[in-house]
Amino acid sequence: MTNIPETGRTPRVQIRLIIIQILVVSLLLTLGGRLWYLQVRNGEEYAKEASGNHVQQVVQPAVRGSILDARGVPIADNHTRLVVSASRTDLMKMKDDGKAVLAKLADVLAMDPKDVADKVRLCDSKTPQPCWNGSPYQPIPITDEATPKQALQIRERSEDFPGITAEPTAVRRYPAPGKSNTAQVLGYLSPVTDDEINKAKDTDSPFLRSDQVGRSGLERTYDKQLRGKAGVTRYEVDNLGRVIGTAKSDEAEPGANVVTSIDARVQAVSEYWLNDAMEKARGEFDKNTGENYKADAGAVVVMENKTGRVVSMASNPSYDPNAWVGGISGKDYAKLTGKKSNYPLLNRAIQGQAAPGSIFKVIPTAAAVNAGYDFNGRYPCPSSYSIGGQTFKNFESKGHGSITLGQALEVSCDTVFYKLSHDQWAKDGGNKPKPDAKDWFYKTAHQFGLGKETGIDLPNEVTGRVPDRQWKKDYWKANKDAWCKQGKKGGEYSERIAYENCLEGMKMRAGDSVNYSIGQGDTLVTPIQMATIYSAIANGGTMYDPTVGKAIISADGKRIQEIKPKAHGKLPMDAELRKDIDGALADVATRGTAAWRFGGWPQDKIPMHAKTGTAEVYGKQTTSWFATYTKDYTIVMTISQGGTGSGASGPAVRKIYDAIYGLDDSGNQDLKKALLPEPQKTLPKIEADGSIDAPKIKPYKPEAAEPKDGQPQGQPDGQQPDGQQPDGGQQDGQQQDDQQELAGAVANWRRD
Amino acid sequence: MTGSGFSVSGYGPERSNLARLLARDSIVRRLDWPMLLAAIALSGIGTALVYSATRNRTELVGDDPYSFALKHVLNTGIGFALMIGTVWLGHRTLRTAVPILYGISVFLVLLVLTPLGATINGAHAWIVLGGGFSLQPSEFVKITIILGMAMLLAARVDAGDKDHPDHRTVLQSLGLAAVPIMIVLLMPDLGSVMVMAMIVLGVLLASGASNRWVFGLLGAGVAGGVAIWQLGVLDDYQIARFAAFANPALDPAGVGYNTNQARIAIGSGGLTGTGLTKGSQTTGQFVPEQQTDFVFTVAGEELGFVGAGAILLLLGVVLWRACAIARETTELYGTIVAAGIIAWFAFQAFENIGMTLGIMPVAGLPLPFVSYGGSSMFAVWVAVGLLQSIKVQRPMSA
Repeated sequence: MTNIPETGRTPRVQIRLIIIQILVVSLLLTLGGRLWYLQVRNGEEYAKEASGNHVQQVVQPAVRGSILDARGVPIADNHTRLVVSASRTDLMKMKDDGKAVLAKLADVLAMDPKDVADKVRLCDSKTPQPCWNGSPYQPIPITDEATPKQALQIRERSEDFPGITAEPTAVRRYPAPGKSNTAQVLGYLSPVTDDEINKAKDTDSPFLRSDQVGRSGLERTYDKQLRGKAGVTRYEVDNLGRVIGTAKSDEAEPGANVVTSIDARVQAVSEYWLNDAMEKARGEFDKNTGENYKADAGAVVVMENKTGRVVSMASNPSYDPNAWVGGISGKDYAKLTGKKSNYPLLNRAIQGQAAPGSIFKVIPTAAAVNAGYDFNGRYPCPSSYSIGGQTFKNFESKGHGSITLGQALEVSCDTVFYKLSHDQWAKDGGNKPKPDAKDWFYKTAHQFGLGKETGIDLPNEVTGRVPDRQWKKDYWKANKDAWCKQGKKGGEYSERIAYENCLEGMKMRAGDSVNYSIGQGDTLVTPIQMATIYSAIANGGTMYDPTVGKAIISADGKRIQEIKPKAHGKLPMDAELRKDIDGALADVATRGTAAWRFGGWPQDKIPMHAKTGTAEVYGKQTTSWFATYTKDYTIVMTISQGGTGSGASGPAVRKIYDAIYGLDDSGNQDLKKALLPEPQKTLPKIEADGSIDAPKIKPYKPEAAEPKDGQPQGQPDGQQPDGQQPDGGQQDGQQQDDQQELAGAVANWRRD
Repeated sequence: MTGSGFSVSGYGPERSNLARLLARDSIVRRLDWPMLLAAIALSGIGTALVYSATRNRTELVGDDPYSFALKHVLNTGIGFALMIGTVWLGHRTLRTAVPILYGISVFLVLLVLTPLGATINGAHAWIVLGGGFSLQPSEFVKITIILGMAMLLAARVDAGDKDHPDHRTVLQSLGLAAVPIMIVLLMPDLGSVMVMAMIVLGVLLASGASNRWVFGLLGAGVAGGVAIWQLGVLDDYQIARFAAFANPALDPAGVGYNTNQARIAIGSGGLTGTGLTKGSQTTGQFVPEQQTDFVFTVAGEELGFVGAGAILLLLGVVLWRACAIARETTELYGTIVAAGIIAWFAFQAFENIGMTLGIMPVAGLPLPFVSYGGSSMFAVWVAVGLLQSIKVQRPMSA
């Protein structure tokens, strides 16, 4: 086969060749083993690492759900605005921290360059608003009111505006249908903070950097439902971050819509008349302080009796919730939080607390009956009541002889309750309470739900206060040091009080129990608490957790979660007592302290019940309270430093009822004009595509001329000592002065 | 297709040529087909991998995602032709031309050190020819070192004078290898130097040189390595590569990045891989040089353990057959050449795949047949040609 002879193949070479072959095989086996180890044994781990390597997440925020009124009218929704934002990360990369770019931007947007610069700085404890309190990595909105022309300028010259974007964005809007502002009930949004992101990281609803979070009101309570679920698009990127494909993505799930029990029309009416009542009060002279009433704050609640649903809730002073959209300006923020503005962010219907005055009296009435007194028994109503040299006057300093508890409610006789409370106090041991002290008057107040939240679905509700023995003790402990330091025997009034408090502030004194019995002294309630109590009297005794939210409807309209009325207790009264009190409160409206405000009211068709209250506040003008109810609705109004209950709040409450029932001043009903003669039971209609039908709504216009100009700011609560005469000239049978009316009422009972 | 008893008139000469080509004792019949098919298969897999690795890299391939793959096929074709040429000439004929070939290849590596040389990927190992072509002379030096050393070492033994090369011959052959190795070291192309050192070792082993030389050389290699390290011949990037090998977690965005990403790519392939062009590491170009030095990561990710294992298996076939050829050939010259090629292929494949698997430091070496790159492809196919020539024992022409 070959002509080359076999030459010396030494065994050495043969052995070495075999060694080479073994080496080669072992090298290959090494590689194979390692390959198996990486790919088969640890493959999954590496696969995970690989996907983390090249998947970038881009988040599409979900469109926030709308807040709708009971008929579907949006009171908070979204609209598209051109938002100009600046990326801090990009700006900080520039030599001058982006100052030049921002100045140019301010020029294009016709804004103050300082404003623009302030908006992109980060908030800290020393930086005043405006500043950015969201994530520094998130684009910071400069304005959401860019015109298309401005947006175009920025986009076309993008090289001149590095880090600046102009995008159409869904922006929160509070459209104020029918001029209903509803500000404090709606609340507002602001960007999520780092803290919140960290806290919510492992929950089922984590925050995104770009999230806006509800800070108060419904926006906060229903934040989770409204927010929806952000969509995540996962892009596969290459080593330089360039997108090379799309991985599994989650669509954004728009937030659910929240249907509330608010009726935008009734809300507008409530706001209008609350404001009107406060303005009128400011025109009234207060003889006690020698100046006009300040009427610095007020609130009104309209509630459905059988469900506890809130039909309207207004708080004054108010603000435009749209001020928060797109970042609040420094000026606006100062305005909203300044003392001068009297804190318009507060929802005084749930966060304003004051002594209730005489609208409290249903509680001592129930307490007395529960303590064993007969509702229809006779109790002396002298003009004043004295304990140990201290005289507690009936406010109008007028006696009514011996009257029933019902009549005591009707004429708002204080001395009846003084004596009952004082007697009970003495029975419980007076200054040295018995261990088994019954404390009927305090226990009953707690049973009425006072001193704790009603559980309304709005955040930061305050509790009010029942000044019972325990509270006295706690309060004394907390304050005794200051009192004892300030107190001086025989010093000025405040010093004497402090001295007294220092010595025996821990004790429930006789005077405390007397003051307490008519809702004075240290007693504090919120309008929503009183609305809950009065609506419970109206509905047969069930105290509902007040609710504003009525249903949560998913964006596609397919899932409806109704928020059912929930009761938190029963009034501590039996059916008979309830009926008795109900009757007495009707009498208040027809012939008692509130009667002059309900002249011409169609009592046979729409039975009205009312209780007036005028609470004294040390160092301030009196608080006006007015609690009323019909079969379906309860309305409670209060005006701080506003005057008397029926005087300041009476006309406004009546106007709200007129609008709800479609009544004119003479009490003639026109159902066509009635806004809500019966509570809205059904939810708004949901279309197949998930959208919700909303009826057109016209801004509320009060009936042409307000006929009651120069109306009396009389004191029919019977709590003003001077018996001021109202002006004459009223048209609905209120010509009588209230004193005469009251005298007549008392005369009637005596005749009975 | 054409049986011996089947003839078509008018096609006589062609048929008879074909018949001769396919005759029992013809060269074609005697070629080592398993090795050849394995090498072709490797080049074919390489084409697919190169395609996957470059299809979306428009900065390389322009508008045609297949352009690199097609060039790979073209390189393979040229390599295949070179192989046929090599077989045709025969390794014995080439033996006479070794001094000329050696001279040319040393000249070419020297050229790299002149301004004509170009630096690609940190290695100053290239001569740019223009028109998008470039040459890596160190690839050809590998062949001429093998041929040159084999020529010197086998001369006396094949002539029947000695049964193993004497010290003088060994020294001569080492000197012959040392010249181009030193030049390549100056480039510096450390990977090629390592391969060449392995070739020298393999050649010496197969030549039957005394054990003293073999162990001496191993010792010299270690000493040389230490010296290279100490004397600062290595560039920073080369030191960094070794450091990253020692501790891959070190600076994962920098030096350790390659090895880290390579291991993620291979590991994530699992048993069956993501499928060609479906690998996210490859598509995202997380592994640098994934069509050349790190081509095995593409196989690992997209073809999985099955595909990457197949590459190992095919390399195993080539090397196993080469070993068989080395053992079966009757003359020492052929044995030495085959052993040199085995050392070359085996070490280069081990180093290349080993670095992607994280068991070897990173060095810029292509995977034989699979990696994209003309010079390497031509050289390995010429080497296959040499092996085939040894197998068929074609007598010297002329």
